[in-house]
Amino acid sequence: MQIDYRLPSLGADMESATLVQWLKKPGEAVHRGEAIAVVETAKGLIDIECFEDATLASHVVQPGAKVPVGTVLAHLLSDTAVPSPTAPAEPGAAAPAAAAPTAPGVFPRQPTRPGPPGTAARARISPAARRRAHELGVSLESLEHGATGVVHIEDVERLAAQPAAPADARAAMRLAIGSAMARSKREIPHYYLADSLDFSAAREWLARHNAALPVRERLIEGVLIVKAVALAAARCEGFNGYHRDGRFEAATAVNVGTAIAVRGGGLVAPALLNADQKDLAALMREFSDLVSRVRSGHMRSSEFTSATITVTALGEEGAQLLWPIINPPQVAIIGAGRVSPQPWACDGAIVARPVLAVSLAADHRVTDGRAGSRFLRTVCELLADPAKLATAESRT
Amino acid sequence: MKDTEIRARVLELITSIAPDVDPATIDPALDLHDQFDFDSMDRLHLATAISEAFHIDIPEEDYPQLSALQSACRYIGSKLG
Repeated sequence: MQIDYRLPSLGADMESATLVQWLKKPGEAVHRGEAIAVVETAKGLIDIECFEDATLASHVVQPGAKVPVGTVLAHLLSDTAVPSPTAPAEPGAAAPAAAAPTAPGVFPRQPTRPGPPGTAARARISPAARRRAHELGVSLESLEHGATGVVHIEDVERLAAQPAAPADARAAMRLAIGSAMARSKREIPHYYLADSLDFSAAREWLARHNAALPVRERLIEGVLIVKAVALAAARCEGFNGYHRDGRFEAATAVNVGTAIAVRGGGLVAPALLNADQKDLAALMREFSDLVSRVRSGHMRSSEFTSATITVTALGEEGAQLLWPIINPPQVAIIGAGRVSPQPWACDGAIVARPVLAVSLAADHRVTDGRAGSRFLRTVCELLADPAKLATAESRT
Repeated sequence: MKDTEIRARVLELITSIAPDVDPATIDPALDLHDQFDFDSMDRLHLATAISEAFHIDIPEEDYPQLSALQSACRYIGSKLG
């Protein structure tokens, strides 16, 4: 019998998602718990899984389409004669949001709360408005919310023109972060190391470099840190790549994921590709472009999936030191704290210097403290001599 | 250029850099970092946008004056003479 495979709800606040990629083709067998497609929610790419053994009959929604929760994404063919509990009793009549399955076998898992009954929503929304809402991906609950009379087409179009509620985006992002970090803490035996360096040479070099440049071409401290980490990752074995299927796979490219805070809460860590090969000006342009797109919500899925190592820099307003959590399946993450004036031993005297603390969290299945210390030392030495950093090759 | 014109343009620039900020909620006296988590990249983007929109050079040491709407407008006004 045919089963409708619908976009599941990944939480009560999620209203829609964009289909990014099909992982299964028509004719392929799919098993319960197996990923069938990748969707993008407010922040994260999430694998959505199949809830029973079946064969994929056809794709209904194509990659790139943004659809409301409950939309039929694909048709499956099942051998079982028992009707699927997720199939709507009245296909076509049920409101998409009200007919949403309750996230069977979906990662990340979260208990779903019952939404308002579909009949209540339908009672106050004109049939034409309901059709338009379906076309535009507007949920019926959001239409009903705050409405005082009958909801018409114009109301739907007005609502569709508004950006998604920040609360939805934040909840979806928090869910994705929580899920990835819980997996990391559960599966990866982290070890942590920290080191610090006198950052005055880097500051002076940056000030001199930037003074001669128009504002658009100036560098920020974060770019030096990304470049230093990229070079260290290329030079030291065991930190750049993935731990998968019980073993470490070294990556050939150094793609540095850069944790970027999202206003209102949450973060994303898209990658700067081949960061070890690029000069500081090129890295700065790409970093700047990445932040702009994080702010405006135009991330590329490849940026989310290609990072081979991650940097998280807290910046001027952050704490002095942090102990970051590895982003699996990566095996290392480097933290940079706020540069702050500290007492520093220099030529037998104590002087005040701007000091940067750098930390490393790495995977004990791949490396140990000795290799980690070498890695951190390499990062610090590169940052302490920025002129060398600017002209450095990735391999020595 | 009138103060009101400078202010309107700066508001446009802020929202182009940070589309998630509602200009109506900006407190002109407060630091944009404290209000909207502006980081060093946001600040650089704002300095770039102001420099290019008003055709003024902004040395790095002047960046702190761009940290709030009010002080940024005052700074631009002084640069434009």
